[in-house]
Amino acid sequence: MKARLHYIFQSTKGLVLLAIAMISIVTAIWGMLSGPLAEWGLDDFLVSMTGMKLIPAEREARIIMLYHSISLAVVAIETYLITSLISMKSHERSLINGTITFGYLITMICGLTFAYFGQNFILHGLFLFGNSLVFFAGLLLMLALWPWRDEYRIQDEGLARTQRGLDLERVAFFTMAVATLGSSLFGAVTGSYWGNGHETFLAEDLIREPHKTYLQKSIIGHLHIMLTLIGVAITLIVGRWQEFRGRLHKIAMPMMIFGTIVISLGAWSVVLFEWAHWIIYGGSVLVMMAALFFVIFSWDKLIRTGMAERGTQKRRFGDKLRVLLRDPLRFGVGWQMVFMNFTVSGIGIFMAVKLDEIFRVWPAREERIELTGHWHILSGIIATIILLYYADLAGLKGRARRWFGWLIILGSDLAFGAVTVFEMKRLFVSESLQQPVVNWTMLLSEIGLAIVLMVLATLMVWRLVDLFKRRGRWKKEAEASSHAGWGPESRDGFIFGTVETNDQEVG
Amino acid sequence: MKKGILAIGLIVMLAAGCTPAGATSSAAIPVIDTGVDLESWALVPAGGFLSGQHEHEAQIARDYEIMVTDVTNAQYATYLNAALADDWVEEIGEEIVGFYPGDIFRGYEHEEKIAAGNWLHVPLTDPGLRIERTGDGYRALPGYENHPMVQVTWFGAKAYCEYYSGRLPSELEWEKAARSEDNRPYPWGWEIELNNANLYSSTDIFEKTFGKMGDTTPVGFYNGRIYNGYQTLDSVSPYGLYDMAGNVWQWTGDVYEDQHYRYMRGGSKADYAYNLRIWTRNNAAPRYFGPNVGFRCVRDPLE
Repeated sequence: MKARLHYIFQSTKGLVLLAIAMISIVTAIWGMLSGPLAEWGLDDFLVSMTGMKLIPAEREARIIMLYHSISLAVVAIETYLITSLISMKSHERSLINGTITFGYLITMICGLTFAYFGQNFILHGLFLFGNSLVFFAGLLLMLALWPWRDEYRIQDEGLARTQRGLDLERVAFFTMAVATLGSSLFGAVTGSYWGNGHETFLAEDLIREPHKTYLQKSIIGHLHIMLTLIGVAITLIVGRWQEFRGRLHKIAMPMMIFGTIVISLGAWSVVLFEWAHWIIYGGSVLVMMAALFFVIFSWDKLIRTGMAERGTQKRRFGDKLRVLLRDPLRFGVGWQMVFMNFTVSGIGIFMAVKLDEIFRVWPAREERIELTGHWHILSGIIATIILLYYADLAGLKGRARRWFGWLIILGSDLAFGAVTVFEMKRLFVSESLQQPVVNWTMLLSEIGLAIVLMVLATLMVWRLVDLFKRRGRWKKEAEASSHAGWGPESRDGFIFGTVETNDQEVG
Repeated sequence: MKKGILAIGLIVMLAAGCTPAGATSSAAIPVIDTGVDLESWALVPAGGFLSGQHEHEAQIARDYEIMVTDVTNAQYATYLNAALADDWVEEIGEEIVGFYPGDIFRGYEHEEKIAAGNWLHVPLTDPGLRIERTGDGYRALPGYENHPMVQVTWFGAKAYCEYYSGRLPSELEWEKAARSEDNRPYPWGWEIELNNANLYSSTDIFEKTFGKMGDTTPVGFYNGRIYNGYQTLDSVSPYGLYDMAGNVWQWTGDVYEDQHYRYMRGGSKADYAYNLRIWTRNNAAPRYFGPNVGFRCVRDPLE
């Protein structure tokens, strides 16, 4: 038991597994309260089983606590991956991981208990304490990532660096961490006014208010920039996983650093200046270009290594495509980023351009569907990228690896594509004739999500069963964790802590 | 693998076969008499009440009366015949239009100018419209006589109320009429059941024919009666109003500075329950019309 707890709470793979499991449990339970499961009556079953108190006037507040509970667990996962991938002192890694684990678990357990099972304000205090611990872990991470220490300077010509060896990828991680801390304060400061003049609201309910208060704008900015920075973080993480380097790396890292700074300053400034939206657009272009360069690198590398492994000199399109698609986990992270442009960025830009002409003629509730749809999709895409990476970390091989990867990609893309069509249905079908479109898109999205959730459940059950084995996979991972070292000199080819790639297991 | 693809394909095809027809299909709708007096009005007294989700104290300065039910298709058809004869509205092409004196326009961000002139009231060719033109003028489609009037713009709703010396309720008037003086989230109380109101996926008898979005239900449908084996709950508001939650959104009359949007309350047949909470607001451009939006009127109390 002790060894298992040690694995779960002290190894990166164990910590990531725990956080994914916690999110899965929360999603499985709270997913019954809305959507198709609620339509089947599972919400009533859940409420009667658990004694949940769903007071209608408190819905928005409950949802806010639910979002925080899930998002902080995602932030924790990204932090674990960063502390594993980026060189830092081992006591720094332990302190950061320990603090954030305690923080997100308290946030999740106490927050959800407060929100859904009765309002004991001790629980609310603990929820805030958990949030504070996560913030404190972020401060520690920022210090650990400090890129100007001599030992973290690099000489590798293939990586983005300054002439004096400053590691620009590390600077990008550091910038993201600093921006995240600053952006979280916008939510924290506003939250501290709760009950003292600030009333709970969901941002999507304010979209057409011509005059918003500073506190309302702070919250809107906060949630947008936090999700953006979670996206920046996962892009950097998978870049490190896939050993992003070379010419594109040298272009992408300065863009990512500058883009993160610009987009964050834009989101902070929009509280005061409406025109700061243009700063956000500028920063978004830089960040998305950096992500595009990673995708180009990633796919090119998959093709080159695949062709080399097969020893073929033929470079026909079909051959390239075959080797590109041979590993859905590595291919998938890039593909999901590309797919995001159709379902999130493209839709967002189209809506911005046609806002007054088309979208603001429709009822606000219709526009609300588009907004909530597109950021749910963005969150979902980030989650699938994390899952694809975790599946690699968990050692999925051969057929299982391919089935897992492709089902995650196809299931999620089916669901997100269908939801996108649902969001935009009014462009091609009148409101009076929309029922068949609604039926089809809902059916397809439910099938897609069901596929993703079943695959995720299978992964979780596999790892749960493994934990009961005396010499299970967990044991090997725990042993690898205790023997793993770290050092700035070992950046290439060796990933720190317990994270290792499974390149050799593909094929 | 091929078998798997075949199986998925079959499931999808079967699901498609089960897809219900759209709400404008020719499927016969149940004709239902709810027994509610469609011409009745309820008195709402002046005074304070708790407004909104956060229960701010609000005041209504004077008594007013509000329609017990939404304006029905039959009532609107009758109005159209009279209003056209009186030149209150015009029929131009495939539209009913009428004059509106315009709003003050300050050019605020996203604000659209609502200028003086003729504006759309009802689009006559929209498939969701439940009234039709016959040789004798306009009439409700058979079976839809006592369903709420839909496909009507804010201008069309306002013109109807003013034709009968009434007006659209302000948001506060609407809210007090729905809620009275306590903090209930729904007109009938503090909790919602699927047979309290016409909402998305509520499994009412119209959803069996038309799918989850269903169709409008006759006004006053949720009065505790059983229709074709479907038991409704009596969902009347404290002042005796029906359908103040669900069925169709209801236009309200307020015109606010720096925006052209007109606000609606009540939620509709196409919405989940949280949209049926009394304080939930929706809005659209005043020229918007749709199958989920109707209205009711208020007036000063009769002497």
